[in-house]
Amino acid sequence: MVFRSVAELVELAESKQVKIAEVMIQQEIEVTGLTREEIIAKMDRNLTVMEQAVERGLKGVVSVSGLTGGDAVLLQNYIKSGKSLAGNLLLDAVSKAMATNEVNAAMGTICATPTAGSAGVVPGTLFAVKEKLNPTRMEMIEFLFTSAAFGFVVANNASISGAAGGCQAEVGSASGMAAASIVELAGGTPSQCAEAMAITLKNMLGLVCDPVAGLVEVPCVKRNAMGASNAITAADMALAGIKSRIPCDEVIHSMYLIGQTMPTALRETAKGGLAATPTGKRLEAEIFGRQKQGQNE
Amino acid sequence: MKYRSAFDIIGPVMIGPSSSHTAGAARIGRVARTLFGHQPKKAIVHLYGSFAETYKGHGTDLAIAGGLLDFDTFDERIPQSLQLAKEANMEVEFVIESTVTEHPNTVRLQLLDEDKELEVVGVSIGGGTIEITELNSFKLKLSGENAAILVVHNDQFGVVSAVTTVMAQNEINISHMEVSRKEKGKMAMMVIEVDQKLDDSVLKEIEGLPNVTQIIKMVE
Repeated sequence: MVFRSVAELVELAESKQVKIAEVMIQQEIEVTGLTREEIIAKMDRNLTVMEQAVERGLKGVVSVSGLTGGDAVLLQNYIKSGKSLAGNLLLDAVSKAMATNEVNAAMGTICATPTAGSAGVVPGTLFAVKEKLNPTRMEMIEFLFTSAAFGFVVANNASISGAAGGCQAEVGSASGMAAASIVELAGGTPSQCAEAMAITLKNMLGLVCDPVAGLVEVPCVKRNAMGASNAITAADMALAGIKSRIPCDEVIHSMYLIGQTMPTALRETAKGGLAATPTGKRLEAEIFGRQKQGQNE
Repeated sequence: MKYRSAFDIIGPVMIGPSSSHTAGAARIGRVARTLFGHQPKKAIVHLYGSFAETYKGHGTDLAIAGGLLDFDTFDERIPQSLQLAKEANMEVEFVIESTVTEHPNTVRLQLLDEDKELEVVGVSIGGGTIEITELNSFKLKLSGENAAILVVHNDQFGVVSAVTTVMAQNEINISHMEVSRKEKGKMAMMVIEVDQKLDDSVLKEIEGLPNVTQIIKMVE
């Protein structure tokens, strides 16, 4: 009963009348031979790491290079000022997504979701939506299993590696996973979860991986910010009954094909895109000096 | 399917900044150390593709050295691992390669000490998940996540069945197995992933079989 596509995942959940999260938990029991309690406990520990990372990021961190850090705090202060144009929940998600990625850039401890470079989106949206929906601890753990289920399909049918498929494979996947989880936590159906994933990922297609100086900082932190925003908007759209004309599995396949044809310069080699801008190159030179030209350290 | 578990997607818990270039790299280093049997005196690390281009920014060098020191992906000593390697008398040398490999995140490790040498090729496929694709120029596929043994043997009839018979007698179930060789009749290798814990007595029994030359144990 291992699911290979989003269509199969939705079908399994609907035929058994269970949440997507439950389908993932049952598959995990089957594949690993661990008990339900062990699997839940393991995810609980990951959730704790995510909470600690956001907490640390909201206190303010600075990366080793000095390129990133502190933006999560700036946004929280702005929310508190009451002047924000977008809703507070949306900006809270954006701030918490950045908080995690700022900790990641500072070589702090995070939980990859599905990767480290895209680790902000899923926890960022979860902890923001938490303020409104007041989920139980178990519902928050389920949120992560729902994300895992959608990420599992993407990872096996396309890619979750920026080097293989660009940022669409990392922040794109993370945002789609988060959107689906938000829908489920808000009481949406499994089909609506799939619609939210499809709508999100469609808007991330073609996104390249072009990190300045090869560091997981610029533009990664802000891509997580926009990924979180994208996920919440798409979740609301799906909950409103809006559907994606292109089915989720086809969007995922298209992401894979786009990744295949993406030039190497735009797949985590720091040779194209923002990394190749005059400022990107200047920052790289400032950070590494001439070290990068050398063969060995 | 390359990814099998929910925790391949939500996880690993790790030191930043990159799951593929930091956590995956640390895992490859650690699996290589396990395959070697202990900490090597010297490690020559060849980086390819995106690893070669961006290793500094991602701390890939720190992560691999950390893995070779037996650090897990979340070990907070990873940022200091190059210094710690020096203190532990392990020489680590990095070589930047320009050859294009099948997967962009590829590393080839040569581990050495006085009496042995091991060459391991690992690929970080995304999200911290890895595959060991080559061992002493044998092609193989090993995730490093499951208990496994690698049996180096002479390429002759009956060796495979002798090894699997020992496993059956000890009630050990094989979850994945492959056999490869360099040349007909010469050196061959079995990669056997198993569901149960492997006792040393079982390994001794297998090592004592005719035509079996070496056993490498891999435990999760």
